[in-house]
Amino acid sequence: MIEVVNLRKSFGDNEVLKGITTTIKKGEKVVVIGPSGSGKSTFLRCLNCMEDPTSGSIIFGGEDIANPKVDINIHRQKMGMVFQHFNLFNNKTVIENIMMAPVYVAKKKLKMQKRSNLLIRLHLKKGTPVPVTATVAQIKSQAREKATELLKRIGLEEKADAYPSSLSGGQKQRVAIIRSLAMDPDVILFDEPTSALDPEMVGEVLELMKDLAEQGMTMVVVTHEMGFAKEVATRVVFMDEGRMIEESSPDEFFTNPKTERCKDFLSKVLV
Amino acid sequence: MNGFMFKVEKFFDILLNKGGYKEVLEGLQNTMIIAVAGLLIGIVIGTLIATVRVMPKYKAAVRVLDKFCSFYVGLFRGTPMVVQLLVFYYVMLPLLELKMSSVLVAITVFGLNSGAYISEIMRGGILSVDPGQMEGGRSVGLSYGTTMLKIVIPQAVKNILPTMGNEFIALVKETSVVSFVGAKDLYLAFQSIGSGTYEFMVPYLAMAIIYIIIVCIITLLIKIMERRLRKSDRGR
Ligand SMILES: Nc1ncnc2c1ncn2[C@@H]1O[C@H](COP(=O)(O)OP(=O)(O)OP(=O)(O)O)[C@@H](O)[C@H]1O
Ligand SMILES: [Mg+2]
Repeated sequence: MIEVVNLRKSFGDNEVLKGITTTIKKGEKVVVIGPSGSGKSTFLRCLNCMEDPTSGSIIFGGEDIANPKVDINIHRQKMGMVFQHFNLFNNKTVIENIMMAPVYVAKKKLKMQKRSNLLIRLHLKKGTPVPVTATVAQIKSQAREKATELLKRIGLEEKADAYPSSLSGGQKQRVAIIRSLAMDPDVILFDEPTSALDPEMVGEVLELMKDLAEQGMTMVVVTHEMGFAKEVATRVVFMDEGRMIEESSPDEFFTNPKTERCKDFLSKVLV
Repeated sequence: MNGFMFKVEKFFDILLNKGGYKEVLEGLQNTMIIAVAGLLIGIVIGTLIATVRVMPKYKAAVRVLDKFCSFYVGLFRGTPMVVQLLVFYYVMLPLLELKMSSVLVAITVFGLNSGAYISEIMRGGILSVDPGQMEGGRSVGLSYGTTMLKIVIPQAVKNILPTMGNEFIALVKETSVVSFVGAKDLYLAFQSIGSGTYEFMVPYLAMAIIYIIIVCIITLLIKIMERRLRKSDRGR
């Protein structure tokens, strides 16, 4: 699904990722752990080119998306991202947050279709016009239906018309997760999704993530929640100083870490 | 005191019975048209410039555009409005062999000028929006432009609304110099009423009062708009 080859990233002189090569397969739940500043966020943000890799390649959907010439927006629609601070659109209601990207994509497609048909009719392009059946109103009502369904799934349908500022942290994060789900992504990247939450809200978010995992979603999760890693991960990756220095199954990883640095880290977090 | 009342009577006589009100209405209309149209043009130009100036500067084209924008802003903020009006009217138009009405000239110059100021206000507004908003938009596959237009700028505008209100008030006040290129504004209207009798005390007092009233109305409108926006923030 995602193939990372010799990924490097520097901020000025500071080389944060020092050559990462790994493959994330369909259905895998990869949990990335490691000390603060080891480059976990940077790695995740390079996967969808939120940070442009300095060198190396990221093969996704048959293309090297690290290449700046690739239309990254199309790939990001299939690669959801969930942030520590939710990043819901503050000026949009909950349901608008969820509908925004699907409506935008469908509208854009509609526009392209109409343009291509026009060119064909004007004999500026070969081919037969494709009948355009969708209307903007239909696109919107479809997106609304789907968004409502997703909101029901997390039990927040009565918040559809509320603004994010009126939600609790846990509710915000769950809305952020279904916002990325609304695009039917192939993979979702999570960057410490529960770190900014009050302790009593961590559970509801992890619950939803476990749900997704059970349904077969491919996930890459940076987290300090070792319980989640043990329970959900199919693979645990330990990062330190910009390298992936250990990769194994959760059982193996937590009971029998191979490197000293990993043992040291685990002894600090598993008290 | 009697003398003053006499002057007031004479002023109202000219204003109401000798057609003075027509000039005042025309002046008021021009003043408002120039200020409002100037503001609208300024908002468009200012938003475009601000967007360029906050864009990531990877591409050479963006850097060139950015240089041009900062030159533009410096030029219009660094010279007085009167000078800009005079140069546009007496230098640019003849050189380009163009003809434009005085009001149109005033609108253009006010638009260009307020564009420079508004770009700085807007830039501050955009920078005050949490960068996470842009990341959120980009992460679901929206383009930079769409995220800017639909997510970041609306929030920026909310942050800068009070400052924008001040900019509009400044524009209204500055319209009092458009008579330099012959546009009939409030000042020319009252000046012409006064020059009929060589009596300027009451006309200019009336002019001052009208300006104060306009500014009060705008201030009130901005307050109402702000309250409305704040309501949408709380999300009921
Ligand atoms: N935009 C940036 N500009 C400059 N340096 C950055 C930037 N982002 C991250 N860094 C640097 O890269 C290094 C790795 O940061 P990163 O956020 O990837 O670490 P992390 O493993 O996610 O840490 P944490 O657990 O604290 O989130 C840090 O030294 C940080 O200062
Ligand atoms: Mg991080």
